[in-house]
Amino acid sequence: MLGLLALLVAGILAPLLQVLWAAVSDVDGFTLRHLGSFFRRPLFLESLVNTLASGLLAVLFGSLIGVPLAFLTVRYAFRAKTVLQTLGVLPLVIPPFVGAVAFQQILGRGGTVNLILHQTFGTTLPMMEGLTGVVLVQTLHYFPLIMLNTAAALAGLDPSLEEAARNLGSSGFRLFRRILLPLALPGYAAGALITFIRVIDDLGTPLMLNYTKLLAPQAYLRVTTVGLTDVDGYVICVILVILSIAALWGSKAALGLAEYATLQRTAEAEPRPLKGAAALGVWLISAALLGPALLPHAGILLLSLSKVWSLSLLPTVYTLGNYAEILFRSRSFIWNTLRYALLAAVIDVALGAAIAWLLLRGTVRGRGWLDAIATMPLAIPGVVLAVGYLRVFHGWDFPGLGQPLTATWLILVLAYAMRRLPYTVRGAYAALQQLPVALEEAAQNLGANRLRTFFRVTAPLMARGLLAGGLIAFITSAVELSTTILLVPRIELGPLSYGIYIYMQSAVGRGPGAALGVVAIVLVGCGTWLAHRLAARGAGSIFRL
Amino acid sequence: MSRKLSSEVTLEGVGKRYGDLWAVREVSLTIRPGEFFTLLGPSGCGKTTLLRLIAGFALPDAGGILLDGEPIDHVPPWKRDVGLVFQHYALWPHLSVYENVAFGLRERKVPRAQIAQKVAAVLSQVGLEGFERRRPSQLSGGQQQRVALARTLAVQPRLLLLDEPLSNLDAQLRAQMRIELARLQRDLAITTLYVTHDQAEALALSNRVAVMLEGAVVQQGTPEEVYWRPRNRFVAEFVGAANLFPVQVVELRETGVLVETGSGTRLPVPADPGRWRPGTRALLCLRPEALRLEEAAIGRGTGFLATVAGRVFEGDRHVYEVRLGEGAHLRVELPALGEGRIFRLGDRVRVELTAETAVLLPET
Ligand SMILES: Nc1ncnc2c1ncn2[C@@H]1O[C@H](COP(=O)(O)OP(=O)(O)OP(=O)(O)O)[C@@H](O)[C@H]1O
Ligand SMILES: [Mg+2]
Repeated sequence: MLGLLALLVAGILAPLLQVLWAAVSDVDGFTLRHLGSFFRRPLFLESLVNTLASGLLAVLFGSLIGVPLAFLTVRYAFRAKTVLQTLGVLPLVIPPFVGAVAFQQILGRGGTVNLILHQTFGTTLPMMEGLTGVVLVQTLHYFPLIMLNTAAALAGLDPSLEEAARNLGSSGFRLFRRILLPLALPGYAAGALITFIRVIDDLGTPLMLNYTKLLAPQAYLRVTTVGLTDVDGYVICVILVILSIAALWGSKAALGLAEYATLQRTAEAEPRPLKGAAALGVWLISAALLGPALLPHAGILLLSLSKVWSLSLLPTVYTLGNYAEILFRSRSFIWNTLRYALLAAVIDVALGAAIAWLLLRGTVRGRGWLDAIATMPLAIPGVVLAVGYLRVFHGWDFPGLGQPLTATWLILVLAYAMRRLPYTVRGAYAALQQLPVALEEAAQNLGANRLRTFFRVTAPLMARGLLAGGLIAFITSAVELSTTILLVPRIELGPLSYGIYIYMQSAVGRGPGAALGVVAIVLVGCGTWLAHRLAARGAGSIFRL
Repeated sequence: MSRKLSSEVTLEGVGKRYGDLWAVREVSLTIRPGEFFTLLGPSGCGKTTLLRLIAGFALPDAGGILLDGEPIDHVPPWKRDVGLVFQHYALWPHLSVYENVAFGLRERKVPRAQIAQKVAAVLSQVGLEGFERRRPSQLSGGQQQRVALARTLAVQPRLLLLDEPLSNLDAQLRAQMRIELARLQRDLAITTLYVTHDQAEALALSNRVAVMLEGAVVQQGTPEEVYWRPRNRFVAEFVGAANLFPVQVVELRETGVLVETGSGTRLPVPADPGRWRPGTRALLCLRPEALRLEEAAIGRGTGFLATVAGRVFEGDRHVYEVRLGEGAHLRVELPALGEGRIFRLGDRVRVELTAETAVLLPET
């Protein structure tokens, strides 16, 4: 328990507090001067406004797409349903910064669509410029989070609640507004919350699109160009944390209603068949959405197979050379990724199981703290954590390593493990909560002590949930860029996401970078599918908060 | 199977508190080796809590528990060797029937070959040969119950704790399992503490019964004692059906007391004259099957005059409801096969009672 707390404090709390302290202190001690000067710098203010705007707009547009789709897929039966449901997961398997490259290639200034527009109408649409591009990419990437969370809340409702309302004379839009909407709100709020937090936290997408007037890229730039002594970097980090926490609080109000959805449920609601014009409409919607959703996948695949693709509709010369490059010549990227992500996932599974057990079955004091610290990473942007690590672990030799922790790849594993810890803690917690205590007591009654009980009864029964959580930790770590980009000690120690970023910096690197992107998609896709099978719950349940 | 000597359990003033509520209070009792002892009480009276205290899943806030004279408060659950069959069985869903039953043996480091032997033996004891490979989810309720029992019996605990093991079964299966359980317990001669809220079960199975209410033991004794000599109104009504009506003690006699009903009828009742004094109000408890009905015209002597107000045929007996002059109602059960005649609604009858079966209870 003590060791566990120590690890969490070192990996989560200490870096966060260091960043906080650095932002509100100078040589004389506590001061609010730095925070004050943040609000006098036009560039920072603009970044703050842009960050808020990107988060809110992504949530807004994501809701406009996600909520209707959720209602459609849960409450109606129609042929295109599977298409729509698959659509709900597809965007999630492509890391947003990889998607950004593909969008750039197809929708960007010299991209396929604008070339066509230029040839036929003599004009272009600046779809990928500035904030527009960022919001476009993020909306299309994150709307499934809103859709899946809302759908899950709807599907979990007891149909008798709705039937009771109908029975009392409510119908149509009133029924929707007075009963369904409030009941589905907690699920929706959860989806909106993670979308918001992930969007403001996203460093890769703006960097790939070369748009830096956002808080995360600003913090990154301060740290990489000015250095670790620059106070402004820390101030930006603190602002980012405040935004995340504010979002968390804001959605808490709605999430407080979450008990509704978990009440006893008698039956699944029977989806109503959809026919005629309505069915046709749904087909059209599906088709219209499938295009943009699949665009990045197709784009990145094409790019990975192309030798030359510049200012032309499609690649002009095809090759497999890009794959040879990443699989044979620079294979360290893939190898590193597997190694780091696997290690982080294993750590998370072990910690998650232990923490969940302590929280639910343990009797020691300090469990409240354990819970609070272990879920904290949900609200800490990756950039902030990375900056904190640099501040805490930089410049002194870690005992037993002979060099600073930040000079080794271990720092990446630590970062991944800490950032994804909430997933396995939550997974393990849910699994353990559903496990009657009597099952464990029965084992003790027959002579198994606590440890043996844990290994023979508790752990096997939690295994599926734990593994599913571990897989999610693995795939999300494998495509992590926000902390990676700041913490990679040397290029040969960089994982796949870093490789993509580096390759994309040069024109000739775009092919191999895209090939790495395809590897990332395959990795995430397989992992998602497996986690699905393991979790054995409704579609997309693993992406829920 | 080789057999350990089974144990004696002693509870000395045991209490357990949850917040402000004493879920168990000042329970003192001794269960003798090989005895079948039943805790009988309504839902929420603390029966499960008491079992959990003995099994070591909760620690008493007052008093102590002794196993064969040794205090066990400091012994962790896994070292107590006290077998608990859980109310909802708690079979491990990830293990087969065989693995479930073998669990405790493996914990005790029994050699593999012996484990196989023992598991086979217990499974045949509970009539589940051939079910070894099944998962708990592939079993019926009754089969699950047997596996839970087998799992505990396999380790031959010093003491067997059964928490309402039959409450999840349907009536027929319950009756059948009741008989099997009694046989098993007799064969194994294992000290057994059985928990139930079903008085019929308690009376049928036990050597002794303790009746609990709100955490405390109200009365303990043999089933006959508890049934025929209830100590208070709660026990009388909870164990079997009881006709209760208010009386007043008028006279103390050598072996009993004379009471008078509201209508002036006087009855001699067996009671300890030392505990009563003339003028005290009390309740008279009459078991329905200890009453008989006569036609009003022929009856003589002690009984009350009454009118038949209802009759239900229950197969083995007729259950009558008769109305006394004062407006009070009595329940009378008469064997269906017998010489007596069947009365109709409205018939005037005389209720006869054998004074030995009447019990005088304190008014509250
Ligand atoms: N862990 C606990 N925390 C607080 N109160 C408890 C706890 N366990 C039991 N109680 C309370 O103690 C009392 C006795 O509960 P117990 O489970 O022993 O009843 P029981 O006699 O087994 O009932 P049943 O026949 O319904 O199983 C109840 O009022 C219950 O609410
Ligand atoms: Mg109970």
